[in-house]
Amino acid sequence: MLEDRQVSAVELANVFLARIERYRGLNAFLDVRPELTLQQARAADARRARGERGALLGMPIAHKDIFVTRGWASTAGSRMLEGYLSPFDATVVERLAQAGMVCLGKLNCDEFAMGSSNENSAFGNVLNPWDAAAVPGGSSGGSAAAVAARLAPVATATDTGGSIREPAAFTGITGIKPTYGRPSRWGMIAFASSLDTAGLLAASAQDCALVFNSMLGFDARDSTSVQLPEEDYTRALDIDLRGLRIGVPAQFFTQGLQPDVEAAVRAALEQIRQLGASLVEVELPNAPLGIPVYYVVAPAEASSNLSRFDGVRYGHRARTFDDLTDMIKKSRAEGFGPEPKRRILVGTYVLSHGYYDAYYLKASKVRRLIAEDFQRAFQACDVIAGPVTSSVAFNFGEKAADPVSMYLADLFTVPASLAGVPGLSVPCGFGDRGRPVGLQLIANHFDEARLLGVAHRYQLATDWHRRIPAGY
Amino acid sequence: MSLTLADVQRIAHLARIEITDEQARAAQAQLNDIFAMIEQISRVDATGVAPMTHPLDGAQRLREDVVEPPPDRDELLRNAPAQQQGLFLVPRVIE
Repeated sequence: MLEDRQVSAVELANVFLARIERYRGLNAFLDVRPELTLQQARAADARRARGERGALLGMPIAHKDIFVTRGWASTAGSRMLEGYLSPFDATVVERLAQAGMVCLGKLNCDEFAMGSSNENSAFGNVLNPWDAAAVPGGSSGGSAAAVAARLAPVATATDTGGSIREPAAFTGITGIKPTYGRPSRWGMIAFASSLDTAGLLAASAQDCALVFNSMLGFDARDSTSVQLPEEDYTRALDIDLRGLRIGVPAQFFTQGLQPDVEAAVRAALEQIRQLGASLVEVELPNAPLGIPVYYVVAPAEASSNLSRFDGVRYGHRARTFDDLTDMIKKSRAEGFGPEPKRRILVGTYVLSHGYYDAYYLKASKVRRLIAEDFQRAFQACDVIAGPVTSSVAFNFGEKAADPVSMYLADLFTVPASLAGVPGLSVPCGFGDRGRPVGLQLIANHFDEARLLGVAHRYQLATDWHRRIPAGY
Repeated sequence: MSLTLADVQRIAHLARIEITDEQARAAQAQLNDIFAMIEQISRVDATGVAPMTHPLDGAQRLREDVVEPPPDRDELLRNAPAQQQGLFLVPRVIE
């Protein structure tokens, strides 16, 4: 509609800004500045008037508040960075702006992207539009709630251990984490640098593919960015599923998988089989070790990354203190919430003298065993499929007091994160209390196009991704 | 393995996070739960397995050593909790 000028970017932006205002109660957005949004929309309209073309030119998007942005505050959901104004845009933000996307604002998330329920945001819970008692998932909870409630057509998100796929599943939308190294980490506030991967939450796999075309690509400013030619992520949307081998890992169908989720996922697998794919059993024997490995590796990297917050160059500084060390200790005690503190303590310990070999080194070895399982599985199949989570969205408060039970919410998403392979969640039905269920699809490194193709074929045959929560 | 209260206080000091006794006691219980879960990896035989520190086993790429325009100083200092004459201010460290 933008293409044939039926609607202008300004009109479109105004529609979404009005919805954002109307549904403020969801607490999905942390910073909205309509004048900046409309300025970008006017610029997009001007580019189109000059004859420029592009699927994304004038299309609105909202960014998880883990990406730094000029104009909008960048907080990572933390008191530590309250009011922080970045002097530059993250590469992902910059690339999408160059494609003409219009920023609607910044989205709430778990503090420093640490969490599975969005209850760790310093700026309050994000509500799940399907059920106000249910968490929206985390850490990209604001991104998920905003897309599910259609406050934004698409939102950026980040996945370190499941922070895109889990909220996508909990809010009935599509979410994809590409291969590690495909999206630039420049300007993404760092949590665990060997895992942090930018991705998208949107209404469909097709939308994700279109936005990926402009979002992903080599960036010299990110030392782990992969140097590959740009590619067209929409190229396999018309993939023929006949002959495709879908691997079903036994390890994803045990360990407390709830019957409602299992029923929806198995029905989705059967539907994909009817579309022509074959189902084969595969083994990921070390996948259940994903959580313990992750909770060594991620906190270790976090304790290092978050050491930059010392109250000197930016961020919170305590009001009163004795000396420099005291200033740093008090500033960090006041600025960080409970979950970042917990992870910094775990990470500091596993890296400390005398414990490094038993924890960090051992975890890094077991990480390789997990990654090798995927390579073995992909010899027998093209795409792996299973549940995203063991249950539908849980209630606020249900796991908040018990960190370990919260960590286990990422049981099925963490293995792909550790291996760096792309993973996707598509809505595949509803379970207990009418809450959405997600189907997880995982492909080998750099095989996003096929992953999106399989998801798109499934979405052409189903309408779960078209369901919108009542009242929105 | 079980962390003592003194262990927790020592780790918090290493991490430069001020912690009260009450907070340390709460953290002690939670950290011990977390480490009990992590202990699973100690039972895995990973003899001869090379540690994996990067998902694509990529080497760190170095950039060309070329001069690039520096970021704008005033813009960088805008977020500083205390600054003066283009410098970040910290409490006196040398008497």
